[in-house]
Amino acid sequence: MTSAPAASSETGARAPFGIERRLVVRGVVIAALLVFVLVPLPSLVGSDWLTTFASTAIYAIVALGFGILYGRVGMISLGQVALLSVGVWIGARLAYGTGMPYPLLLLATGALTCMIGTLVGLPSLRLSGLYLALITLMFAGAMTIVLSVTDFPNGGGGFKGRSATGALTTETPPVRRPSIAEGDVDFYRYIVIVAALMFLLALLHVASKPGRAWASIRESEPAALAAGVNITFYKMWAFALASFMTGVAGCLFASQVGVPRVITFRTQDSLTLAATALIGGVFSIWGAIVAAVFNQVLPFLFQAQWGIDTNFLLILFGIGLLQVLLTAPGGLAQQFPRDMANLGRFVSRSVRSLFGKRGGP
Amino acid sequence: MIDVTGLTVRFSGITPIDDMSLVFPVGTCGLIGPNGAGKTTFFNVLSGFVKPAAGTITAFDEDLLKMADFRRARWGLRRTFQTEMAIEQLSVYDNVAMIHEHSGSKRSTRRADVLAALEFVGLTMPPKTKVGVLNARERRLVEVARAVVGRPRLVLLDEPAAGLPAQETEHLAQVIRKIPDAFGALTILVDHDMTLVSRCCATTAVLDFGKLIALGPTAEVLRDEQVIKAYLGEEELTPLDEAEAKAE
Repeated sequence: MTSAPAASSETGARAPFGIERRLVVRGVVIAALLVFVLVPLPSLVGSDWLTTFASTAIYAIVALGFGILYGRVGMISLGQVALLSVGVWIGARLAYGTGMPYPLLLLATGALTCMIGTLVGLPSLRLSGLYLALITLMFAGAMTIVLSVTDFPNGGGGFKGRSATGALTTETPPVRRPSIAEGDVDFYRYIVIVAALMFLLALLHVASKPGRAWASIRESEPAALAAGVNITFYKMWAFALASFMTGVAGCLFASQVGVPRVITFRTQDSLTLAATALIGGVFSIWGAIVAAVFNQVLPFLFQAQWGIDTNFLLILFGIGLLQVLLTAPGGLAQQFPRDMANLGRFVSRSVRSLFGKRGGP
Repeated sequence: MIDVTGLTVRFSGITPIDDMSLVFPVGTCGLIGPNGAGKTTFFNVLSGFVKPAAGTITAFDEDLLKMADFRRARWGLRRTFQTEMAIEQLSVYDNVAMIHEHSGSKRSTRRADVLAALEFVGLTMPPKTKVGVLNARERRLVEVARAVVGRPRLVLLDEPAAGLPAQETEHLAQVIRKIPDAFGALTILVDHDMTLVSRCCATTAVLDFGKLIALGPTAEVLRDEQVIKAYLGEEELTPLDEAEAKAE
């Protein structure tokens, strides 16, 4: 007992500096990464890579939504890619049907998707775990059917417009992009900036009142209730935030591909997204980026670069998921820095022992 | 002051609380009884997790049972659970601050209030420390800090010393004893550690099979024959007693 206060006051004196330094380092790393991704990267890679990176940024937003629901609140949703398709649909139709400025279009798509996503999240008030997972997976399945039946996204004038030919063809103009970023490179940068804003929005939530309330719900619902947390309200808030972000991502997606197709949104993609998000790590913001890289860059590498069937990826994701669930619940985002630190220690130790031997008699 | 009248709780077939009537005076009160006596069920009624079949609870002249469960924290109800429930993902500061946020207390005093609560329970580590790295004693103290922050009126502590070694329980006893004076909250302590109960509580109530069997000054209650019987079982003849009986 007597030694405890002395030890903690020592760490207390050191801690503020440590925290400050960690924050500064983290900020610098993020800023440097963002600048690299925005400025030199587009000129370093070809257009096919640029498209891949654009969709990686978009899927990072979707994975972030999954991470908020599962990592922060503990609600598993297997319908996030289906929700993305809702966002794509709403975004595309609003782009054809209205002339509103692009940022407004993003917000409107986000708001409408948010409403639908919150409705899908309603069962989470009564169900959890496997049952919520099943309900959301059914939503994903239903969305796939709705998209096929309605000839998604069906070009034509106005918000509800249908054309006789059905699906969008090469004759229908592609979904419009913001006037300040019509070109591929500019629009890629636009997407990255919007994605960064979405990450900022998520960070602000996690670090403030809702984030703390979510953490308490995740720890124990009775304890959260006893702490005065309105569980219904905060669960719905999480679904609203995740759906809003996914809706914004959907609108970006519609403009990115120009002519969205049903085939892009299969039911199983929601499952793959959940798997990659878990592999990336749902407790960390970085995990969403890792997840998006797995989800978008790997298939591109496999198919376009190496000519390997992307179905092999499913096996890889399966193995990765097993590994994460068994050994590293924090995913790669937590495991990788830890492994690197261990490796660093190992290297420095072996270097020191090597020098020690040489310096000896 | 908490006034409980005719409180009855029924789950299908069993009656964990049976027509319980008592008054908890201001201060720290003990609530003891053997396993299954209805102590935690009583806390669950106060928290709003369990709806009683009959009875009323008046807390500081307000009908507690009419309040929605999540509003009771704002009113000033705090509780800890038998299993420790400090939030691992959050820092020590955030753990306590989140209670303050939902207590209806002023935002401007949050920092000072949270730090005061941490100091009150004797936690000296940097407030940014994640609860995940703390030991059992420190987590219990975080829970007590959560229970006293943001103008509490009624603090329910459910076996706060469970699993703690004796010298750590001693520190906890000192903290618990100070709660009523420091925060003006009526504190009810459930525990099986009679040393802790007698050290903290002036008054103690004893439950057995959902019925109140004793209420009064702690020292007297602990000497009460009925209470001893409830804890050690009905008087049975041990071989020694039988031998004595034969000798007579």
